[in-house]
Amino acid sequence: MLTVERYDTMAEAAGAIGERVHYLAGGTLLMRAVNYGYPGIDRVVRCREVPREIRTDTGGIRIGAGATMADLLASREVEFLHPVARLIGGPAIRNMATLGGNLFARSPYGDLAVTLLALDAQVIRAGGAAEPMESFLAARDRARGLVEAVIVPRVSAGEFRYAKVTRIKPKGVAMMCAAVWLRGAGRPSDPRIAWGNMGAGPLRAKAAERALNGASLDEHGIAPVLAACCDGLDPQDDELATAWYRREVAPVHLKRLLLGGRR
Amino acid sequence: MARTPLTFTLNDAETALFVDEGANLIDVLRRGAGDLSPKQGCAQGNCGACTVLIDGELRLACLTLAETVEGRRIDTVAGLAGGPDLHPLQAAFMDGFAAQCGFCTSGMLMAARALLDRTPDPSRDEVIEAISGNLCRCTGYEPIVDAILDAAQRMRQGGRRAAQ
Repeated sequence: MLTVERYDTMAEAAGAIGERVHYLAGGTLLMRAVNYGYPGIDRVVRCREVPREIRTDTGGIRIGAGATMADLLASREVEFLHPVARLIGGPAIRNMATLGGNLFARSPYGDLAVTLLALDAQVIRAGGAAEPMESFLAARDRARGLVEAVIVPRVSAGEFRYAKVTRIKPKGVAMMCAAVWLRGAGRPSDPRIAWGNMGAGPLRAKAAERALNGASLDEHGIAPVLAACCDGLDPQDDELATAWYRREVAPVHLKRLLLGGRR
Repeated sequence: MARTPLTFTLNDAETALFVDEGANLIDVLRRGAGDLSPKQGCAQGNCGACTVLIDGELRLACLTLAETVEGRRIDTVAGLAGGPDLHPLQAAFMDGFAAQCGFCTSGMLMAARALLDRTPDPSRDEVIEAISGNLCRCTGYEPIVDAILDAAQRMRQGGRRAAQ
């Protein structure tokens, strides 16, 4: 029998999370599981006060975990995230789905988490502890507690590039998505490349990142990047595409991103 | 099972009832409040048939935990018409044959209303984007888009409830 627990603060709600206890963020994933009676959900935890403010903070822009995709699209502070948020669901979903929930969304969802991984974002847990996005995502299935906010560096539109590849137009779930942070207007300096749906969760393509570091953004310069595109990734067969197909087309999409900034 | 008291405004009517723990809003609207205008479709956020406005914001009732609407205003397609007078969106859908089987129509109308509330003179692309979360299983999208553009024009030209 499902029960719902309500808390006033995130600290209280965080303390209630545990085995078979799930936190309700925007509801776009959890309520589906509730509706279909998925096993493993005994209790749902709600919090009445979840931060959704988007503001400048030390180290970048602080985005409250309760910020919805629509909130992101309404904020000029995070204009560089608009191409990502705009491709998530329809208007109703974007009014509901939150940043915090997206961090825990399993494949084929969680496009924003891929982007935040590429941007070296910091996760702020309820209680104030900060953690790099990469280690957070690697351990999210074992995580306890709640995410209160994310701090993302301020990025100019030209140095961040994003592509979501879907089977349905104008939009559908991602067969794969790629986020690239070039860091700088000229040759990339310590760049980041992150993929969604090219493994069990969001993954950085570290071999390709090393090849991209200092490379010129032309056909010749990015050839080593494309050669290393899928090194370290682990695409799977699923209903959207085979692992083989993903490996074949990933370099094509990365090439378009690096050369043309296609979104 | 524990039941939770819930009060909200449904299309101008104060509504009070008890809901089961974990109940979603579409069940509460249809079975509890007796408003059958929003449809129960996929129950997973894919089809948009259950689209309603909550405090003027487009939402999917199937993915909304019912108790979260305590004290809020919910608008469904049942409240769109004013008595015998159809809303311009409804009139345009009827005149333009924009409903085939009709299952998606209530969701389409609410998505369109949310668009026109904020964007009285939308482009065709804006209309397509506005209904991008609503599936028409008859694939009759073109007449739906045309009808929304037609309704926008009617409302700009002084149609009833243009600024509601």
